[in-house]
Amino acid sequence: MSRKVILCRCEDVTLADVQHAVKLGRTELEEVKRYTGFGTGPCQGKECLREVACAVAEASGTEPAALAPFTARPPLVPTELGVLAAAGKARGKVRP
Amino acid sequence: MTAALPNRADVAVIGAGVMGLAIAYHLAARGRQRIVVLDAHYLAWGASGRNGGGVRQQWSTEMNVRLMQESIEICAHFAEEMGINVWMRRGGYLFLARTKAAAERLEKNVTLQNRCDLPTRMISLDEARALVPELETEPGPGGAGGDAGGFVAACYNPTDAIVFPWPFLWGYAQAAERRGVTIETGAPVTAIDRRGDDFVLTTPAGTLTAGRVICAAGAWSPRVARLCGGTLPDRPVRHEILSTEPLKPFLKPMVSLIESGLYVSQSLRGELVGGVSMPEESNAAGEVRLGSRLEFLTTMARGLVALMPRLGHVKVVRQWAGPYDVSPDGNPIVGPLPGLPGFYVACGFGGHGFMMAPVVARHYAAYLDGEPPHPFFTAWRADRFGPGGAAPPAADREEMIIG
Repeated sequence: MSRKVILCRCEDVTLADVQHAVKLGRTELEEVKRYTGFGTGPCQGKECLREVACAVAEASGTEPAALAPFTARPPLVPTELGVLAAAGKARGKVRP
Repeated sequence: MTAALPNRADVAVIGAGVMGLAIAYHLAARGRQRIVVLDAHYLAWGASGRNGGGVRQQWSTEMNVRLMQESIEICAHFAEEMGINVWMRRGGYLFLARTKAAAERLEKNVTLQNRCDLPTRMISLDEARALVPELETEPGPGGAGGDAGGFVAACYNPTDAIVFPWPFLWGYAQAAERRGVTIETGAPVTAIDRRGDDFVLTTPAGTLTAGRVICAAGAWSPRVARLCGGTLPDRPVRHEILSTEPLKPFLKPMVSLIESGLYVSQSLRGELVGGVSMPEESNAAGEVRLGSRLEFLTTMARGLVALMPRLGHVKVVRQWAGPYDVSPDGNPIVGPLPGLPGFYVACGFGGHGFMMAPVVARHYAAYLDGEPPHPFFTAWRADRFGPGGAAPPAADREEMIIG
């Protein structure tokens, strides 16, 4: 059985990947996100941010609470292009 | 990245974006110089981490065509040389035009590009549809951007590419550090003073004295230059991008619309990544604005659905913004800054600095190392602006600035 521990399921980022990033000196979650790609898939970190933060904290010897989360990007939930396109049109109508 | 900041360097590079890191790497590879790269944030925080990853050779000036031919070759060998996957995919770039004027420009560009041995060609709309079957080429109601069909011309170069930008930064940074470069992140330069011929740079990490300073801070460059009394005429312009959920590979080329500035590509990770021109905001203070706007999201969604109606059910997962660093004539600003001996700039790349950095940095390092300057140092010199500095004649103006 594989001993891989997957932390980010969208992008297949493992515990070992995160530990490696920390070893290279990337100890902010923003940096770890950019180095490993965690949190960039469909869940946008909603499932994995806590797990990765704990892994980074443990590997870097800091408290999880001391780590700032990465910037949350809109939209809040994955949203269909068709819905956004229609929203834009509707918005256009009510504007002078 | 954890090494202490040295007190002294031969060269201090301000900005650990792709341009600054690549210049530092190439200069270090030439030996002899002590080099420190300073950045206010972390790697990939700025525009190098926020761009769409397009690497194209379709330009309207011979300088840019030839430079990008060289740059794309560097990109093609980057993974092998640096030992890092950059997710490069050569699916080409497809440009679509709706007006006769734009079509004529494309034809002129194709002639120039062919003369440079680039295999670009004008293709029929049927060929464009064969390349991208999802494309709506019939005119329709469209959106505000008028992005449904109505195309009159298309051109395609199969050798253009897309990359994933972030690994380029790790690759250049790791290779530079292996050659002795110190990279200090989280170290904004808050003051630059002259001491004799040297520059004294103040940062929270300590003070650094350097013989030469290279400002490669992108849209933040005017602010950096001001610290030592220099003036740069480039301005930051917010551009936004969205990314969708990953899809099975279906979109071969980067598709770009001349009139609306819409562009979209499918990365090797499967997601669609793209942006569109928005009206330039008033920004007299030259602030770098990185907030995301709903207006962009809806404009881009309208444009994409009109361009490829089948995308209606595809979900957007993320949007973000980055600054284009735009000079008054659209061309970059490189070389010494007039009136400040020892202070050099590499900025004003107008949203295309990422793809140009591999080649520009290589020539920049050669120049700093005393070799004869590449012709772009003349064409893009900083003193073409300033008092009485006019924009170059129309023939030199790059027209293929998209997004």
